[in-house]
Amino acid sequence: MKIQSEQNSREKEIENLKEYKYGFSTDIENIKAPKGLNEEVIKFISNIKKEPKWMLDFRLKAFERFKQLKEPAWQKPKYPKIDYQDLYYYSAPKSMDDKPKSLDELDPKLLETYKKLGIPLQEQARLNGIAVDAVFDSVSVATTFKDELTKHGIIFCPISEAIQNHPELVKKYLGSVIPTTDHFFATLNSAVFTDGSFAYIPEGVRCPMELSTYFRINASNTGQFERTLIIADKGSYVSYLEGCTAPMRDENQLHAANVELIALDDAEIKYSTVQNWYPGDKDGKGGIYNFVTKRGLCKGKNSKISWTQVETGSAITWKYPSCILKGDNSIGEFYSIAITNNHQKADTGTKMIHLGKNTKSKIISKGISAGVSDMTYRGLVDISSKADNSNNYTQCDSLLMSNKCGAHTVPYIKNKNSQSNIAHEATTSKISEEQLHYCQQRGLSAEEAVGLIVNGFCKEVLQQLPMEFAVEAQKLVGISLEGSVG
Amino acid sequence: MKEQLQKDFENIIKNLSLSQRDIEIKKFYLDSFINKGFPSRKEEDWKFSDLNQIIKKNIGELSFFTDYTSTNKIDTSVYVDGLEHNKIVFINGRIEKIDFNYEKKNQIEIIDQSETIDRFTNKNSLCDLNNAFTNKSFKIVVKKGYQLEKPLIIYHTTNSNIWSKNINLRLNFELNKDSSLRLIDLFNDTSEKNFLNIFYNFDIKENSILKNYKLDSFKNKNIKYSYNNIDQDKNSISETFILSSGSDFFKSEINSNLKGEYSAAFVNGMFSLNKDKHHEIRTIINHLTENTKSYQLIKSVLEDSSRAVYQGKIFVNPEAQKTDGYQLSKAILLDETTEFNAKPELEIYADDVKCSHGSASGSLNENSIFYLMTRGLNRKEAKELLINGFLLDVIEKITDREIKNLIKNMIGLKE
Repeated sequence: MKIQSEQNSREKEIENLKEYKYGFSTDIENIKAPKGLNEEVIKFISNIKKEPKWMLDFRLKAFERFKQLKEPAWQKPKYPKIDYQDLYYYSAPKSMDDKPKSLDELDPKLLETYKKLGIPLQEQARLNGIAVDAVFDSVSVATTFKDELTKHGIIFCPISEAIQNHPELVKKYLGSVIPTTDHFFATLNSAVFTDGSFAYIPEGVRCPMELSTYFRINASNTGQFERTLIIADKGSYVSYLEGCTAPMRDENQLHAANVELIALDDAEIKYSTVQNWYPGDKDGKGGIYNFVTKRGLCKGKNSKISWTQVETGSAITWKYPSCILKGDNSIGEFYSIAITNNHQKADTGTKMIHLGKNTKSKIISKGISAGVSDMTYRGLVDISSKADNSNNYTQCDSLLMSNKCGAHTVPYIKNKNSQSNIAHEATTSKISEEQLHYCQQRGLSAEEAVGLIVNGFCKEVLQQLPMEFAVEAQKLVGISLEGSVG
Repeated sequence: MKEQLQKDFENIIKNLSLSQRDIEIKKFYLDSFINKGFPSRKEEDWKFSDLNQIIKKNIGELSFFTDYTSTNKIDTSVYVDGLEHNKIVFINGRIEKIDFNYEKKNQIEIIDQSETIDRFTNKNSLCDLNNAFTNKSFKIVVKKGYQLEKPLIIYHTTNSNIWSKNINLRLNFELNKDSSLRLIDLFNDTSEKNFLNIFYNFDIKENSILKNYKLDSFKNKNIKYSYNNIDQDKNSISETFILSSGSDFFKSEINSNLKGEYSAAFVNGMFSLNKDKHHEIRTIINHLTENTKSYQLIKSVLEDSSRAVYQGKIFVNPEAQKTDGYQLSKAILLDETTEFNAKPELEIYADDVKCSHGSASGSLNENSIFYLMTRGLNRKEAKELLINGFLLDVIEKITDREIKNLIKNMIGLKE
């Protein structure tokens, strides 16, 4: 879609608003790595990022392992075989070749793209005080509010920069939660990851603003493999937001990111995601395969990691943000809303692995399926024999909006400790006629009534989101279900 | 194991007078089993109970041939007192007695089906093993409109004549329209280290009622697998109760197909385990048409390195609107060494349904113990009282009063 005139583009935008709002693509000259996956490509990526040798070794080690791994097939949503040799593993806007020193040097087209997405990168224009790291295809293009953060000693930068400037931190923690020997997609990511965000919160610091990364896939035929690493040192606190969009394309694009969180003693990390990748059209053509590995390690005592996710996009969502509760008294939380419409499929949930004493976890999952979509909650709660006095509470509710969709719940519950308690509840139902009737009687249209009921259904999770995100998410819930009533 | 299987298979074929075709079918299943071997944790359904390892560890090498040419003497002391009943007696896998003396003649038909092998739609390799090695199989048909006066007890008895054997059993039941059957499976073993592989098929026609009670309460060192397939027509009811306690390893699977409208399936189970025992109940309730209902309740009390697994699945296909499915599992872990694993699963493709499941596991509530102790009970008594109450809940689900009392006496539960 080329932007010919302003008039034209506005019309298009209005059109987009009705369907997928972020479906445009931007014409920017790209540098791509040669197509395919081999050692040369990995060396190319490492080289272009001017990475030290240990980083290249890390990648090659992962690639060695990757060659031995088989693609998993146990998941519920099946997809056509991906040809990993037919993908570009690196794509970057050409103007990023020599990194701009400040925002003023950024390609104006890039700025425009982000403006269209509603993510102003111009610091002076910002009022709500969120530091943004924007990732465009394979590279991070801009990070805002750097000065303010530096004042507190917080490091928030693209991970490629962190590899250069803070190798001691990256070396120590990268791969410590998701090792290079992990599963298929995580290992692939370890070998070819291109960029992503890095955040380090020093001891005792409460991060004064929300940190945020905005991911955008633009180039076609590109897999996006970003890697996020967040370290909260003793007694620190950080809230991190992640948003994602992609242009509308007919082919399916692979997104296989790794996110690692590490919370040391008394630290807390709150990680929120509003995932709105392109879900494909009404007939299920195109869309993103969102195969992401997210894992948090509560390494220290009294640490806490909380995942909140609103999953409305992607053709297939397949991810399980997990918590490893290693430190005594640590807490893991997982709040999720997953909405599938049309031909979307989701297989998502969480893993709570209790290793330390007095650890607690809570899982609230709300699944909504409409159209001919399919939704699965899959989760694991594992209390090991050493995790005395641990507790888990799980609640997963599903709402069915049509008689052609599916909603499934597959929890795995393992208890090896007699002093620990696990409680699990799940329900599946539809919006009752009475509820609808009641709302309509009070003057709401059928669609508004459904919106209201669905928002009520999701409220427990929406409440967990930071305010700015909550508003966006609430709107998104409405848009995602549009046309699914009746 | 392969040579052993082939050798034993030849021996079995020799002793049976089967048509060439039947031999070929059996051979097909044998090859299939040789191919797959015993199920291991690599298979999703066996994730929590690796049968291959368990057999290796507890038995070692199995042999698959038992000489059934001579009869065994029935030890009548195993018979249940105080309850008049019909009997089928298996000793070491051989049917020694079929006795329907309490029933009207011509209302029950027993058909020898040894020569026709019907297939189970079960992809697990134990089904292949059963198909290949079943010696004799019978079909018990309850005629239209007949309701059995007395319950039928099937005695699964083994004695010390067998060792390291695999025994395969197969029974088919057909309950015709408006009929009813109460069936108790009573396991009584004085043998050790054998693997019993039992397949039942129930075909329940319109308005019929099946009540099946599986009682594994006597301590023994055998490994057991039991699979019930239940097909249900309109307005039929099946009630299954599993008392899982005695064997070293016992996995019971219930596969219930609710094919007719207003049919209902109830599965209740209870694990009471100690000393390194490992038991599993796996249920699959397939709601295939409108207005069907299922209810499941599983309770476990575990101590002393024992382990219980419950995998329950409610499947609702797109036509099965107005389904009501419920599932609850609760476990009490009495000490550090025990383990409870659950996988309560919902797979739903229809929107106008009411399905829910719950699962809880943990220790006895200290507050409750404290409360009872303030009322003058000592700690041990308080614990016992709480555990009794916990288990009674599931026993009370048994709808047949006579059998309920029998089971209560058997496990020494007092009200």
